[in-house]
Amino acid sequence: MKALVTVHYKQGILDPQGKAVQNALKSLGITGVSEARVGRHIVLQFPESKKSEAEEQTKNACEKILANPVIEDYEYELVENDQ
Amino acid sequence: MKFGVVVFPGANCDHDAYHVVKHVLSESVVYLWHKEHDLQEVDVVILPGGFSYGDYLRSGAIARFSPIMHEVNKFAKDGGLVLGICNGFQVLTEADLLPGALIPNTSTRFECKTVALRVENTDTPYTEKYAVNDILRMPIAHGEGRYHADQATLDLLEENEQVIFRYVNTKGEPTTEANPNGSLNNIAGICNDQRNVLGMMPHPERACEPVLGLSDGLSLFQSLVNQQVVKV
Repeated sequence: MKALVTVHYKQGILDPQGKAVQNALKSLGITGVSEARVGRHIVLQFPESKKSEAEEQTKNACEKILANPVIEDYEYELVENDQ
Repeated sequence: MKFGVVVFPGANCDHDAYHVVKHVLSESVVYLWHKEHDLQEVDVVILPGGFSYGDYLRSGAIARFSPIMHEVNKFAKDGGLVLGICNGFQVLTEADLLPGALIPNTSTRFECKTVALRVENTDTPYTEKYAVNDILRMPIAHGEGRYHADQATLDLLEENEQVIFRYVNTKGEPTTEANPNGSLNNIAGICNDQRNVLGMMPHPERACEPVLGLSDGLSLFQSLVNQQVVKV
């Protein structure tokens, strides 16, 4: 079992890195993109855990350290390792 | 007055702070290693600038879980004086000892230059030797110094006069051009509700000696030395 965690700035917070990426895309001719936002992707491995345990620990990790609730939102997905 | 400078792995302004306390102020000072649990009965804790834990995850995010932070947290909540400079400010927000967060500069660049700050409030243990509206020159050196908080928190900070330093131009006006990182309300430094914890992005410890070209930070440390020590 592994958790795929994504952390990104809350909507409304200017993401200058995303802005720079969007400008780069534009200069590459990829012009259909209205906004690019850059976040973090974190993979947590749970070799022994049941899904419910892994989920509880993932949520705890997100709230305690992986995301800062003042500025960031998070989402996660639990998948089997062979997926 | 006994000062303690916390040393995190990756701190790089710890010696600057130590130097100012010991050689410029001639006060007593010790280093506090991040793995220790003993604050050695210091009266002031300084969380110095640098890149604690390589700024991994978010600046300050890992340092806040250092063993010594357990003690710093308790010390601060009991009214002890805690000064966070640059990375130290980031650690204080991550540790919930100050509201808000510091996020990447709007320029996306590391900003390293001398800026002008306006003193907003002198009713703190850190600023009583300044006058309101004094304009100070201090260096900044950070990539993640954009102060952010939600509107309700910002309103509360302003209402309680917890904004202590603001980025301004040479005329003392908090303009967009004078704001080096995109901080909301041009905020450069804030204190907590009880006024014993101060966080600021500029470096007062690098502005304490005329030989360095800047000495406007000295009054901050002198204000601290002037405090009646309350043992916590």
